Amino acid sequence: MSGVQPPTPGKAGGSPGGGNKSVKLSFGTKTPGNGKGKEKLDRFIPTRSAMDFDSANFNLSKETRQGGDQRDGQGSPSKEEYHKALAASLSVNDSNRILAFKHKAPAAPEGYENNLKSLYSQNVVPNVAKKQFRQVPTTQERILDAPELMDDYYLNLLDWGSQNLIAIALGRSVYLWNAGSGDVEELCTVPNDGDYISSLRWGSDGNFLAVGTSDAKVQIWDASRRKQVRELCGHTNRVSCLSWNGSILSSGSRDSTIANWDVRKRRDEACVASLRVHEQEVCGLAWSLCGQQLASGGNDNILAIHDASFDLVAKVQAHTAAVKALAWCPYQSNLLATGGGTADRHVRFWNTHTCAMLSQIDTGSQVCALQWNPHERELLSSHGYSKHQLCLWKYPSLVKVAELSGHQGRVLHMATSPDGCSVVTAGADETLRFWRPFGEPPAPKDGESRLLGSAPGGQMVSGAATGFGGLRSIR
Amino acid sequence: MSMQCQAQLQRSTITLKGSAQIVTQYFDYAVQSILYQRGVYPSEAFKQKKEYGIMLWVSNDESLNAYLSTVLTQAKAWLESGKLRQMVLVIVDARSSEVLERWTFDIETNREVLSGGKPPEKGESEIKAEIAGILRQICASVSFLPLLDARCSIDILMYTDNIDEVPEDWEDSDARNIKNAEIVSMRAFNTKVHNVKTMVAYKPEDVL
Repeated sequence: MSGVQPPTPGKAGGSPGGGNKSVKLSFGTKTPGNGKGKEKLDRFIPTRSAMDFDSANFNLSKETRQGGDQRDGQGSPSKEEYHKALAASLSVNDSNRILAFKHKAPAAPEGYENNLKSLYSQNVVPNVAKKQFRQVPTTQERILDAPELMDDYYLNLLDWGSQNLIAIALGRSVYLWNAGSGDVEELCTVPNDGDYISSLRWGSDGNFLAVGTSDAKVQIWDASRRKQVRELCGHTNRVSCLSWNGSILSSGSRDSTIANWDVRKRRDEACVASLRVHEQEVCGLAWSLCGQQLASGGNDNILAIHDASFDLVAKVQAHTAAVKALAWCPYQSNLLATGGGTADRHVRFWNTHTCAMLSQIDTGSQVCALQWNPHERELLSSHGYSKHQLCLWKYPSLVKVAELSGHQGRVLHMATSPDGCSVVTAGADETLRFWRPFGEPPAPKDGESRLLGSAPGGQMVSGAATGFGGLRSIR
Repeated sequence: MSMQCQAQLQRSTITLKGSAQIVTQYFDYAVQSILYQRGVYPSEAFKQKKEYGIMLWVSNDESLNAYLSTVLTQAKAWLESGKLRQMVLVIVDARSSEVLERWTFDIETNREVLSGGKPPEKGESEIKAEIAGILRQICASVSFLPLLDARCSIDILMYTDNIDEVPEDWEDSDARNIKNAEIVSMRAFNTKVHNVKTMVAYKPEDVL
């Protein structure tokens, strides 16, 4: 303790150690006993005469003052030197220095936003349109004539194969339209006058086409050689829907059965299973994308799910009209969307493992066909009376994001191009219309678009804007 | 000299120089992990590297690497002379210059070894495992640390003892503490020459 400086009573407010620590002298006038004693006594200071108040006061205030000095470092240079030497000899590490490098670290790039924000921030206000929703063109890209297209809700007359060929059944004949070159060819015709083509479906390789006819036959055609390779008999009424699962072809008929054919096997062994679960015409049939489940919908309003060994998993009666539109979700293997007819008008979503209905949309109009967007989480539905429109719904929020109009009659059939960008629809107004509702696909990896060659699906190379002009000329 | 350091790491006694090397290397990876995990720099500026038996993110950016190597070389020199007490990584809001996070690495130097005594034995793999544990803790810290929403800049402070001659490129700085900070301390690792404790102090989020 250096006594160099003269005593000053308490540095006013200087020390952080608390207020002024000077002693308050209080006269205990209220102590019991004689109030007029000669020696003033109180509980705190028993013997006042023995106390040296001046030095006590000085010492107490000095403590706080000296503490302030040390922290402020305001002492004279000689004092500092003294402190240093003292500290050194006492090995007290008093002179900590905090050093920082002069040339600072490079800053983060301008406009950089911490990407953890999207993961960790609590959205008090939900991020509305965080990703700018793409412009969906609401009109068709191209119209083609499709004369004598049958206006029958229960048939499935349109499919787009992976070799970029669109197969369309007009009346008694099947035509193949090459989406890359625009060429049209007639593939086959049913011989009898009263008969017609009732369904068609491309195999996964895009070369074999399964054709169902009104005289209860299932034919398999090789599109590249224009030859029929198989004819499968077994149904007793028209074959309204078809679905491939590798080399298994399932056919649904007005005779209410679903026949499953192994196309590699001999004639008498070809039918591997016959499923009798519906009571009326089977109009919708779809194998799941992984081939583990078969969904079927009938005019009896029933949705049935079978597994790969053709055992019935579930029979659901939720729709109040025929279930024709069936679509498996491309990114979630057990999610199925189904659409109901005029009396129902709902699209329902199912978890096919638990067979629970996840959600539903009241579309306000007969649902003819459903197609999932292969790039985004969206569903496209096609409708009949009165707007004959296509609706694009966001999944799972079920918000309608676009409405595409153009058809003058109910939009009976729908198919997606192999590259997932275009959709072709066939309507009761005897037209085929091409749309691009799905946006651009993610950047293609190498070798993905090999099948399509140079022209991606949906791009019409021929100049003719109207007509299956070629078709007309064939007839 | 560095050859000797490398050779040291194979044996189980670690010299002062070897320990300084281990500690500096830890700082290097810890700082880069923190910068990646907290999103101070874009994640494209980082690449993965396997070290201490775990996958770590290290910076690809040249200027950042140059800065870190300069700072850490000096840190190593101070470690070898036993003068480094603490290293602090400060994350500051670039616009408001407010300190958002403060990562402190406390270093206790074994005085005996400093004055020339023989260092006690400790296995190198054990030390590496301890370091890996701390680095994993740093990665896990994103789960409780508040989001660094603004563009941030960093600074590295060194708390030194009794340095009389400050190298030219270094200047005095204030402690840059955070008021009312929440402090979470992580594990420590010990090379028997240096004991390094890691802690993070962060500005608590305003309650919505």
